Amino acid sequence: MSASNLHVYVMAVPLLTAFFVNLLGRVSNSWVAPLVCGSLSISSVAALVLMGRVIASGGFSYTVGNWTPPFGIELVVDHLSALMLVLISVVALFASISALKSVEQELPGREHLFFTLFLILVAGLMGLVLTGDAFNLYVLLEITSITTYGLIAMGKGRAPLASFNYIIMGSIGACFYLLGVGYLYLMTGTLNMADIARILPTIDGAAAVATAFAFMLVGLWVKMALFPLHGWLPNAYSLAPTGASLIVAPLMTKVSIYLMIRVMFSIFSIDYLFLQHPQVQSGIVWVAALAIVSASALALAQKDLKRMLTYIIIAEVGYMVGGVWLANGTGMTGAVLHIVNDALMTLCLFLAAAAIYYRSGSLEFNSLQGIYRKMPITMAAFTVGAFAMIGVPPTAGFFSKWYLILGGIEAGHWEYVVALLFSSLVNAVLFFRIIEIGYFYKDGEHHGHETLNEAPLLMQAPLVISAVALIVIGLGSGPLVETIIKLAVPVGF
Amino acid sequence: MSDQISIWPLAAVLISLIGAIPILLSDRRPNLRESWTMLIAFGKVIIVASMLPSVLAGGGFEFVIAEVIPGVPLALRVDAMGMFFALVASILWFFTSLYSIGYMRALNEHAQTRYYASFAVAISATLGVAFSANLLTLYLFYEMLSLSTYPLVTHEQNAEARKSGRKYLTYILGTSIALALPAMLIVYSLTGTLDFKIGGVLAGSGASPQLLALVLVLFLFGFAKSGLMPFHGWLPAAMVAPTPVSAFLHGVAVVKVGVFSILRVIFHIFGPEQLLAVNLGWVICTLASTTILVASLVALTQDNLKRRLAYSTIGQLSYMILGAGMLSAAGMTGGLLHIAMHAFGKITLFFCAGAIYVAAGKKYISHMDGLGRRMPITYLAFMFGAISIIGMPPLGGFISKWNLVIGAVNSDQLILLVVLLTSSLLNAAYFLPFVYRGFFAKASDPVFEEGIKEAPMFCLVPLSVTAFASLALFFYPDIFLRLAQMALSN
Repeated sequence: MSASNLHVYVMAVPLLTAFFVNLLGRVSNSWVAPLVCGSLSISSVAALVLMGRVIASGGFSYTVGNWTPPFGIELVVDHLSALMLVLISVVALFASISALKSVEQELPGREHLFFTLFLILVAGLMGLVLTGDAFNLYVLLEITSITTYGLIAMGKGRAPLASFNYIIMGSIGACFYLLGVGYLYLMTGTLNMADIARILPTIDGAAAVATAFAFMLVGLWVKMALFPLHGWLPNAYSLAPTGASLIVAPLMTKVSIYLMIRVMFSIFSIDYLFLQHPQVQSGIVWVAALAIVSASALALAQKDLKRMLTYIIIAEVGYMVGGVWLANGTGMTGAVLHIVNDALMTLCLFLAAAAIYYRSGSLEFNSLQGIYRKMPITMAAFTVGAFAMIGVPPTAGFFSKWYLILGGIEAGHWEYVVALLFSSLVNAVLFFRIIEIGYFYKDGEHHGHETLNEAPLLMQAPLVISAVALIVIGLGSGPLVETIIKLAVPVGF
Repeated sequence: MSDQISIWPLAAVLISLIGAIPILLSDRRPNLRESWTMLIAFGKVIIVASMLPSVLAGGGFEFVIAEVIPGVPLALRVDAMGMFFALVASILWFFTSLYSIGYMRALNEHAQTRYYASFAVAISATLGVAFSANLLTLYLFYEMLSLSTYPLVTHEQNAEARKSGRKYLTYILGTSIALALPAMLIVYSLTGTLDFKIGGVLAGSGASPQLLALVLVLFLFGFAKSGLMPFHGWLPAAMVAPTPVSAFLHGVAVVKVGVFSILRVIFHIFGPEQLLAVNLGWVICTLASTTILVASLVALTQDNLKRRLAYSTIGQLSYMILGAGMLSAAGMTGGLLHIAMHAFGKITLFFCAGAIYVAAGKKYISHMDGLGRRMPITYLAFMFGAISIIGMPPLGGFISKWNLVIGAVNSDQLILLVVLLTSSLLNAAYFLPFVYRGFFAKASDPVFEEGIKEAPMFCLVPLSVTAFASLALFFYPDIFLRLAQMALSN
């Protein structure tokens, strides 16, 4: 591999492997596992090497096919996108290992179809974080959405309906985004983000630019399920096949947050976003606070582990949107750190849910009684994930919450601070309810040891690693922030 | 002598955390499992004691675990105040471990492995709080203690235990997230540091008195383990736990971690001078005095022995906070000293309550008349503990209460003197009749006249030792007194 286009390989390997999975998977199922895990391992290693290179010598941009921007498509590799590439490839690798077992159980004989979509989705997500072109971003957004629709629709029961709901909402979101891009193209005559950013200050037409910005922002909010645009998410994520929710839940909303950051700071300026319209900036923080409180309250009403987790995801979207819009460096640092932490926490919890579902076939709270004695390792890892969601130090979740709350205090947005604390308390209630059911729901007579019934090793290994990672990243969050995230935060803060 | 970088503080904290692993692995072999517990407990005392001489000589030990937030590493530091608390906690854990073996085996309790493992994690967290170099590290171990003691409170696994466990977490975890965490963040955003410094870090931060008052109240209520009313309700509820848990955790470790955290904040985040300057001492004194009087009155009405002890604890904890709130040298020394004196006294009382339950199966004071004649050693030990807590010579409690009285006089707060004396009378009123009726009243249950004997040796020895230690602390309070004085001055 030549050094300068490592990032292309990161994205191209899963994309090309997708076709081989489809072809060879038809011949024999035994091809699927090595192809999927192999390609994602290569991507992960390449992404890590790329990250190291970016830390050492800074970011760069790359023109696909040597078509110079603004005509060709530009790929941008900076600290933030390199970090996202590592996150996507590693999460996808872990998710795929566990998904191999659950897909084998839930979708027997259709593994190759599932993993074809899975790999295209991963490649699409990687493309999204790399692209420096506003229209190309739309195309990749649709690629990831369509593969997601397919993956969700493979679920049982009402899953196709949930997927259809998602298609409608997702298409509306994509249309909004595209309309915004159209307006910008009319105004500036270019689609390259850097180019737009250069031209925007020189033209007048404030209303058209504001309209474009609003359309793009709302479109992305639909995609990331910012409350109250979240309606499609709980059903889609909880009815999806277990393997699909393993990849979709940790990554989709987080990549959408990344896109919001990219659009905000690569196309528009800090001055335009925060200073010219302070009431918009402060209004969005209020919306985020409202989103956190409402989604947390809705999570309390759920009686199924996976559905509960989907509402937590929606609340966490509010965390990050609020953090970005606090308009200070601390909040932004918290938001970017939380992208990483939340992806890993969600991964850990969904991996645990997948392992439980694999063995017991249900995630209703009632069926979780005594689960700790049957699956001690799974539940230990689940507990670590739960502590991270609550924000107990030294797990990773505490530190991003620290920056977010601190940002809220610095900006004087006390409603956001209160919302974050409220959400932490609600998470404590949610998870200790499960811990109580799983561990202590049996009268204290001298019970014998119930038979162990742990999930297969392939499901346990990624789960345990992700739980350990939550603690390691928590303890290492100082260096992580200093070497990567401080530099990933858009200049100007 | 300046601080030296050393692995020992970390070792003192980690030995029992790592020790929880062999305890869990020896699930099926109780004797091996308890050997691990005793070995760890002994090792812990040795490690802590080995650091004592250089701390007494004015030195300290430091260890940075990880750089997590700019200006605020996860770091341990052994200073006089931390050493003071660590010494109390590690010594008493050793005796509690002995006692646990007697108690848990005599009652043939279930899930003993979980019990011993949680206990080991809890003592790690307690020492972590003692040795924290800054507020963030303290918060980390504070939460670790909350989480590791939850399985101990819910030990019985019946509806009542689960309800108590929920209450426990709601109060303790809830207040720490909702109140202490934002208070800590406000301090950080004002000063950019969370280090404990003699004289405080908030001095000169330019914060308004109103903001300081808000932060102070957030901290006082945020560390709800101190049982400051109105956030005390978890402590009586937690009495559903096995008695060694109540004895050590809810007589010593958990509750005093709450007080210790508050004292740390008062001494080393705010600084007494700063609090005097903005005149906030009365806030602390009012809250503490109210708690002292109300808790003592409620204790009088409790028939369940452990609940009476719990309310007594709530009252006594506020003595320590009151002492700190006086902001005078004698008052603060007395408050800190009372951590140790009360610990030895109260753990004795709980050990006795447990011994009575093991030997006679009784929980209610009204059913215990005449029991003292059958269990003289237990009752004698109880009397020692009670006198220490009342604050009469010749027991350790006198020393701390004497300092508190002097502190009240020095700070010209005669009303506080009245509070202290009234409470001592109330303490006597809820303890002494129990001892008297044990020895001299007509037996409330005919079986007391024949079948009941003293509890097993594993129970009896620890409670005699701690009772005797309470006595010895009156004559030899030097080490604790010295550490307490060092904690407050350069």
